[in-house]
Amino acid sequence: MTCLPSQSGKKLGLVIDLDTCVGCQACVTACKEWNTGGHMAPLTDIDPYGGHVDGVWFNRVHSYEHTTEMGGRTVNFPRSCLHCETPACVTVCPTGASYKRASDGIVLIDEDKCIGCKLCSWACPYGAREFDTDVGVMKKCTLCVDRIYNDNLAEEDRVPACVAACPTSARHFGDLGDPLSAVSQLVAERGGVDLMPELGYRPTNKYLPPRAHTTRAASVAAPALEPVRAEGGFLGWVDRMLSN
Amino acid sequence: MHPAFSVVFFTTATGAGYGLLALLGVLGGLQVISPDFWLGLIGMGLALGLIVAGLLSSTGHLGRPERAWRAFSQWRSSWLSREGVASVITFIPAGLFGIGWVFLGRTGGWVAIAGLLASIGAVVTVCTTGMIYASLKPIAQWHSRFTLPGYLIFSAMTGSVLLNALLQGFALGSKTVLATCILVTLLGWGWKLATWRYNDRLEIATTANTATGLAGGSVRSLEWPHTEENYLLKEMGFRIARKHSTRLRQITQGLAFALPVLLLAATFALPRPFAAALSLLAAIVQFAGMLVERWLFFAEAKHTVTLYYGR
Repeated sequence: MTCLPSQSGKKLGLVIDLDTCVGCQACVTACKEWNTGGHMAPLTDIDPYGGHVDGVWFNRVHSYEHTTEMGGRTVNFPRSCLHCETPACVTVCPTGASYKRASDGIVLIDEDKCIGCKLCSWACPYGAREFDTDVGVMKKCTLCVDRIYNDNLAEEDRVPACVAACPTSARHFGDLGDPLSAVSQLVAERGGVDLMPELGYRPTNKYLPPRAHTTRAASVAAPALEPVRAEGGFLGWVDRMLSN
Repeated sequence: MHPAFSVVFFTTATGAGYGLLALLGVLGGLQVISPDFWLGLIGMGLALGLIVAGLLSSTGHLGRPERAWRAFSQWRSSWLSREGVASVITFIPAGLFGIGWVFLGRTGGWVAIAGLLASIGAVVTVCTTGMIYASLKPIAQWHSRFTLPGYLIFSAMTGSVLLNALLQGFALGSKTVLATCILVTLLGWGWKLATWRYNDRLEIATTANTATGLAGGSVRSLEWPHTEENYLLKEMGFRIARKHSTRLRQITQGLAFALPVLLLAATFALPRPFAAALSLLAAIVQFAGMLVERWLFFAEAKHTVTLYYGR
């Protein structure tokens, strides 16, 4: 049923630290590797070695230049499903293929019910859903539902593949419905934000903005060279002669 | 947004078909248009033909069309599902009305009720189509108060111009119908101009800043996550129309509104064979113009996901 369920209060999701993400794409490849054999498998690639490469990915890392009066910096930005509390991608689904789980808030697709109308991808402002032209159905991040509850894995491995792969611990997984959970406290401490809050989708995933520029640390770069001031006297005469 | 031809044709054809069905249902059932076998057969055939062709065309957009029947199940939450349900339910009174009015030559009584119900069904279906687009928050050009009335006005416009062509063809044309067609077409023109004016001045609250959560300053895309266009860019990052939008808007205005108004105005003064020919031409030209309008409706719409790509 594509009506949103009444929630249990558990809201599993990710917290992504834009301060420490180095844009290495490890989460992207780890996601692809796990999920192409996982719940929404396959993550089809079209013409993978040709000139028009295309394919389904659940997680994409962009790079941006953020310029403020404090200066500019590069921000690497992983983008995946935010498992929103009011996901329009679910309510627009005409078949009941898209659903939000009452027990933990994960948004999933039942591939056997999807007719591939693509309306859910139009309804998602974040571009989290990608259509598999080969299978003819929509696909999306499952929050590695087949890892996080998987008794066959060691307990420390029961996190989404992207979180397990991140070498800088920029990705955190946990229950954002519990204010005492580690992820909730991290969000509170670092001022985590929602993406596009004005649209009212109430994303579960939070992004930690880059930390403020600091003036405490020593400047790494040498001060810029100053232009030689026109001088008088002998040195000035030499400078003018050599400049000609 | 990528203007898939199946969806462009679907919304234009069903808009015209439901408009014609609504008019025939009311006017036929209440004997404003007297029962006539050939008029009825061609009129109802055209209306239902456009609707069926449009609905079949829309399934061409699906990845798994063989599962399309599942789309009738989620009418509680989904406008697309409601559209499916409304379109199918409308066939019941439309079919009964067709049998009564066309094949039995009856009006009033149950035929009038069936005609009225078919009209209501047609209007409801067009509303659900409009709401599919109007309810999508990520697309500001669609998520506006102009979208739903636009779909209703254009359905009434194309439906009435088709009805006029039909009546003129059977020498049943009237100045009232002609005048109505011209007025509705002018209303459609005005509505489209107002819509474009609104969209061109739109100040969208969602920016690259809110999309990335990076407050203040400017956010410039340095590098995409992929080197080739992916599904998101092919489906939602369509840009061709923005380049040619001025020219395409002129073509829309000419074909969908200006030319039909001129042709219909000329119909007032001309005797029958010419009046019928011009009326038919007006309907065809307007349909072509509405296809361009609907193509632009998609192509000019900008989805928030394009912000992630610096577009």
